[in-house]
Amino acid sequence: MLKKTPLNQTHREMNAKMVDFGGWDMPLHYGSQLEEHHKVRQDAGMFDVSHMLPVDIKGEGTRDFLRRLVANNVDKLTVSGKALYTCMLTPQGGVIDDLIVYFLTDSWFRIVVNAGTADKDVEWICKQRDTFAPDLEITPRRDLAMVAVQGPSARAKVWQVIPNSQAATETLKLFQSTSLNQYFIARTGYTGEDGFEIILPADEASAFWKALHAAGVAPAGLGARDTLRLEAGMNLYGQDMDESISPLESGLSWTVDLKSERDFIGKQALLDSKSTQQLIGLILLDRGVLRSHQKVIADYNGQEIEGEITSGGFSPTLNQSIALARMNAGISPDTEVHVLVRDKKLRAKVVKYPFVRNGKALV
Amino acid sequence: MSIPTDLKYTKSHEWVKTEADGTVTVGITDHAQELLGDMVFVELPQVGDTFTQKQECAVAESVKAAADVYCPISGEVVEVNTPLVDSPENINQDAFNSWLFKLKPSNSDELGGLLDAEGYQTLLDSEEH
Repeated sequence: MLKKTPLNQTHREMNAKMVDFGGWDMPLHYGSQLEEHHKVRQDAGMFDVSHMLPVDIKGEGTRDFLRRLVANNVDKLTVSGKALYTCMLTPQGGVIDDLIVYFLTDSWFRIVVNAGTADKDVEWICKQRDTFAPDLEITPRRDLAMVAVQGPSARAKVWQVIPNSQAATETLKLFQSTSLNQYFIARTGYTGEDGFEIILPADEASAFWKALHAAGVAPAGLGARDTLRLEAGMNLYGQDMDESISPLESGLSWTVDLKSERDFIGKQALLDSKSTQQLIGLILLDRGVLRSHQKVIADYNGQEIEGEITSGGFSPTLNQSIALARMNAGISPDTEVHVLVRDKKLRAKVVKYPFVRNGKALV
Repeated sequence: MSIPTDLKYTKSHEWVKTEADGTVTVGITDHAQELLGDMVFVELPQVGDTFTQKQECAVAESVKAAADVYCPISGEVVEVNTPLVDSPENINQDAFNSWLFKLKPSNSDELGGLLDAEGYQTLLDSEEH
């Protein structure tokens, strides 16, 4: 039996093509994935991301607990509502999940974790809590729904739909959030566009979704979500990193704080790591489509080395295929490499990613 | 969409049209494009290639996935729809008129083994359950 979000029936009414996504019955698209992608880059689209899980962590010492639990440093969060992207690591430095931490009050932080890892995450967090901070209260919030509204007009559309929300959210900077009545509104996203991620009571999700639709926001499925995040150069858990890979090998060094004296789970393993692997961006020069697990072959100091595509696909904005691939970090931008696609060697160029941000091609 | 009655079909969702000169034209069905979603790339065989029945002979890729196209009957490729390479989305718009290639059959008996429109419809109905 597939799990359903509070918007399941609404998706079906809007003729969504539904798919099994890690045990959740989710919309892949509502007709055309490409059109949904362009709509987000050019105007506004909305995604049901209620399969992801908000988890509230409450009590004295929550900040200290998070300082140990996650790889980025929650001490960066000084203003209420501020958000931080981070990985949560195993003691061996592998990525249990990537997540966003919101600082609400000194005794209340909220994290939002991936759907496929939610059970494992909560179990891990509770286990750490039992050891290090037994008084903290950990509450998974399946009573909430989450809608991401993304695109250059996304904020304006939300302001039309939620009364008084413009005044409350207009001054929010990127990675800031605020609460307004029953809405938790964060200026975050997974598309490389401006917009909000909005958490609200599950029983209000359908009316909210329909109001956004009436305001001209296009429903967009997981298909467009994937091509948008790949263009934006954002990692997908389970594809670009997992427990066997460290954030340092996943283009996520910027999210790991190794400088402060703070100890966190996985820190020593990262300090001891000698890996030279890294994620690189690829643009396909020949015709075709790059896909995950395809082999990349490059010349490195006169030697043939191999890597593997972790996420690949067609970029609707660039009208060309792009990919993230893991290989030796020494491969520099503009190097031409080969990708083994079926029985053919196709030419691709190494590029710095993101590929697209705020509607504009960067490569 | 209704299934054209003048075509033959395979269980792997290719359509086949027998032309007056004895060659056959091959494409993928509307059901196939619907399963795949927005098409972004097609890899066609080359004129002169020979295939046996059910051999992989082309690739159709959507934003979502790559799908092999299987040769409906044995034969030699005599023509390919080159313009389709630049506009693979035509398959989404009109799958039954977006042909991939034409074959000169080497064993016309194989045509008799293909599904007619009614048989293909029955196959689709059974796949839905």
